[in-house]
Formats: sequence, structure tokens, C-alpha cells
Amino acid sequence: MQLAKQVKQLIRKEMLLEWRSKYALNGVLLYVVSTVFVCFLSFLNRPEKLTWNALFWIIMLFASINAVAKSFLQESKGRHLYIYTLVSPTALIIAKTIYNSLLMIGLTLIALLFYCMVFDFPAGGDLLMYIVATILGSLTFATIFTMVSAIASKAGNGGMLMAILSFPIIIPVLILLIKLAKNAIDGLDRSVSLDDIGMVVIVNIMVMAVSLLLFPYLWRD
Amino acid sequence: MSKTWWKILGPILVIYTTIAGLLLGVPHLDILNETIRNLYFHVPMWFAMIVLFSISVFYSIKSLSSKSETDDLRAVESINVGIVFGVLGLVTGAIWAKFTWGQYWSFDPKQNFAAISILLYFAYLVLRNAIDEEQKRAKISAIYNIFAFPMMVVLLFVLPRLQSSLHPGNGGNPGFNSYDLDSRMRAVFYPACLGWIIIGYWIYTIRFRIRTLENKQL
Repeated sequence: MQLAKQVKQLIRKEMLLEWRSKYALNGVLLYVVSTVFVCFLSFLNRPEKLTWNALFWIIMLFASINAVAKSFLQESKGRHLYIYTLVSPTALIIAKTIYNSLLMIGLTLIALLFYCMVFDFPAGGDLLMYIVATILGSLTFATIFTMVSAIASKAGNGGMLMAILSFPIIIPVLILLIKLAKNAIDGLDRSVSLDDIGMVVIVNIMVMAVSLLLFPYLWRD
Repeated sequence: MSKTWWKILGPILVIYTTIAGLLLGVPHLDILNETIRNLYFHVPMWFAMIVLFSISVFYSIKSLSSKSETDDLRAVESINVGIVFGVLGLVTGAIWAKFTWGQYWSFDPKQNFAAISILLYFAYLVLRNAIDEEQKRAKISAIYNIFAFPMMVVLLFVLPRLQSSLHPGNGGNPGFNSYDLDSRMRAVFYPACLGWIIIGYWIYTIRFRIRTLENKQL
């Protein structure tokens, strides 16, 4: 009960902070919109299916790294210490992951909407399945990047380390996600993708479990 | 003698499998032909790498609770040796691929995933170099190591099964646990795995002892 209450408070705090500054939200939205626009200018016409899919995931990957990396990197040492005295580390990692998942799902849906407005969704594709794939993707990005950004923030120098540490971990899941999204674009039968969905969910659960176990050790200085 | 018997067993097994692997008869298969002998040299590298990385995860978990410097040293040294075996596995695979697939690196899923899993451990070493304070370094790198290990397992054992690959053992291509591994090959292959695992473990213990001595002199 104590844990649930702490998690709720922490998520509220994160949302409030974000709402007041709107830094992450605006920054990432600007990033997504400008990237899509640059792509539009350089492609001139509608890209074919494969390019469409690849481009979307590249944009999402970098946007999510920028969005999630801030969750630990932006906070000062003093504030870390203050939170440490107030709540349990488990509550903190759960709260950060849930908040980042929500943020990522929101961002992804907005990005997808904008992306579909500029480049139409390929004809014959399964839009609902594609949305499922992107939501799964944003959940995965959130769980993995939250933990990696915690590690990177403890190690001192932020952004560079974050990229080095997270890319080898995210690539296997990204391959699964791109495959899933490609199935959706090709309009394949939904039963084909069930295995991949299961695999992504398993990886997510595994990452979450490992983070929950490891974060208390990481947090304690 | 009771403690060092495996140090004699390891080299004997490796020498035996090198000679026997090149001289003993092998089944004749299409495409593979004589390159099937690479099984004795390529696959044991991966076995040794997995064993060494498992040792490192074991000591990383131990060092999180014990906070001792030796556990951290054991973890990093087994990764150092494991990376060497991983690179050797990639190289032996690439040379084999040149003669069967036509080019050293053809971006086969198995090659890519193996390379990425090595990359994970390079990232571990970069992380270690980024932190100066020793206890902090031990703790954070142990956490990353434990975090990365399940991902490596997914990369090497789960994902290649989901994709079509030309690698032996995938999608109907002849593989080492199917019909082509007859009793003659088993007699060389299993000792080769054991021998290279022992050699890898031995190198790791030597490196660990050197590092411990260096630390004492400081």
C-alpha cells in the first residue's frame, strides 16, 4: 500500500514538473515534426512501404532516447538525495518507468498521427496492428531507456554514455518491432504477428524484472 | 596434482582435437564439404565465450552483495577473455563464410546478432573506463553486466531462431545437432568444446592473478 502511494505521488510529481516546464514534450515534438518535415522536403513524393517504416522507427528511436534520457540525467544530485530520503528505490523506478511509458505512448501516437498526415499510411496496411506495434515499441523504449539512463546518470557523463550503453540493448528488440510493424504494413493476417508480440512482451517483462531487482543497488551510494 | 589435472587435460584435448579434427574422416555433405571441420574450431569459441560471460555474471551478482574488489576483478577479467573468444568466433565464422557463402560478411542474422552481442560487452568496457572511482565503477558495471546478460542470451539463442538465416542449424540447413554429426565427429567435437572451455578458464585465472598482483604493488 505504501509503495502504491509513493508511486502515485512520484508520477504526479513528474507530470507536474513536465507540465510546468513542458520542456521534454515541446522539445521532442519539435524534433519529431522537424524531422518529418525535413524528410518530406527531401523525398518530395511518398516513400515506398519499406522506407516509410524504416523512417518512422528511426525518428521514434532518437526521439525516445532524447525524451527518456532526461528522466534521470536532468535531475541534480541534491534532488536525488532528497528523493532517496523520502521514498523506496523500487517505488522510484516503477514511477519513472510508468511515467516514461505514458510519455512515450503519447509522443508516439502524436508522432504517428503527424507522420500519417504528411506521408499517407501505405494502402492495404493494417493501421490498428501498426498502432499496437508502436505502442509496444514505446513501452519497450521506456523500460529499457529508463534503466540505462539511471546507469548513465550514476556514471557521471550523460548523453554519450547513454547512447553507447543503450544501442546494443535496444537493437534486438528494435529488430522484432520493425518486423512486427512491417507485418502490419503489408497487411498480413494478425495471427502471423502473435509470436512477435509475445516475444516483445516477454522481453519487456524481463527488462522490468531485472530493473526492479537491480535498481535498489544502483540507487544506494 | 589433484588441483592442476585440468590444466593438463585442457591442452591435451585442444592438441588432440586440432590434429584429429584436420585428419580424421568427416561425412561428405553438399556445399559444406571439408569446411565442416570448422565445427571443431568455430563452435567451441562460442561455448567458451558463454561460459566466461556466465562466470562474469556470477561474480557481478556476488560483488553487488559482497562489495569485494576481487569479485569485481574476476568479473572484468572473465569478460576480457570472453570478448577475445567472441572475436575469434566471429573471425573463424567469417573465414568459413568466405569459402561457403562467398564473402566474409554477408549480413546474415546470426553474424549480425553475434557482432551486436560482442558490442554489448565493449559497451561494458567503455562504461568501466568512464568511471574513475573504484567502488562506484565496480557497482555500476556489475549492474550493467547483469542487465546485459539476458539481452545477450536473447540475441544469441532466441532471435536467430525467429529469422531465416543461412547459418548451419537454421531452417533446414545442415546443422551440428542434425543428421550430419555422426559418431566420428562427436568424438572430436565434444572434447574440443571441453578443451577450449578449459583453456579459456585457465587464461581467465592467469589474468585475474596478474591483476591481483598489480593491485598489490600499487
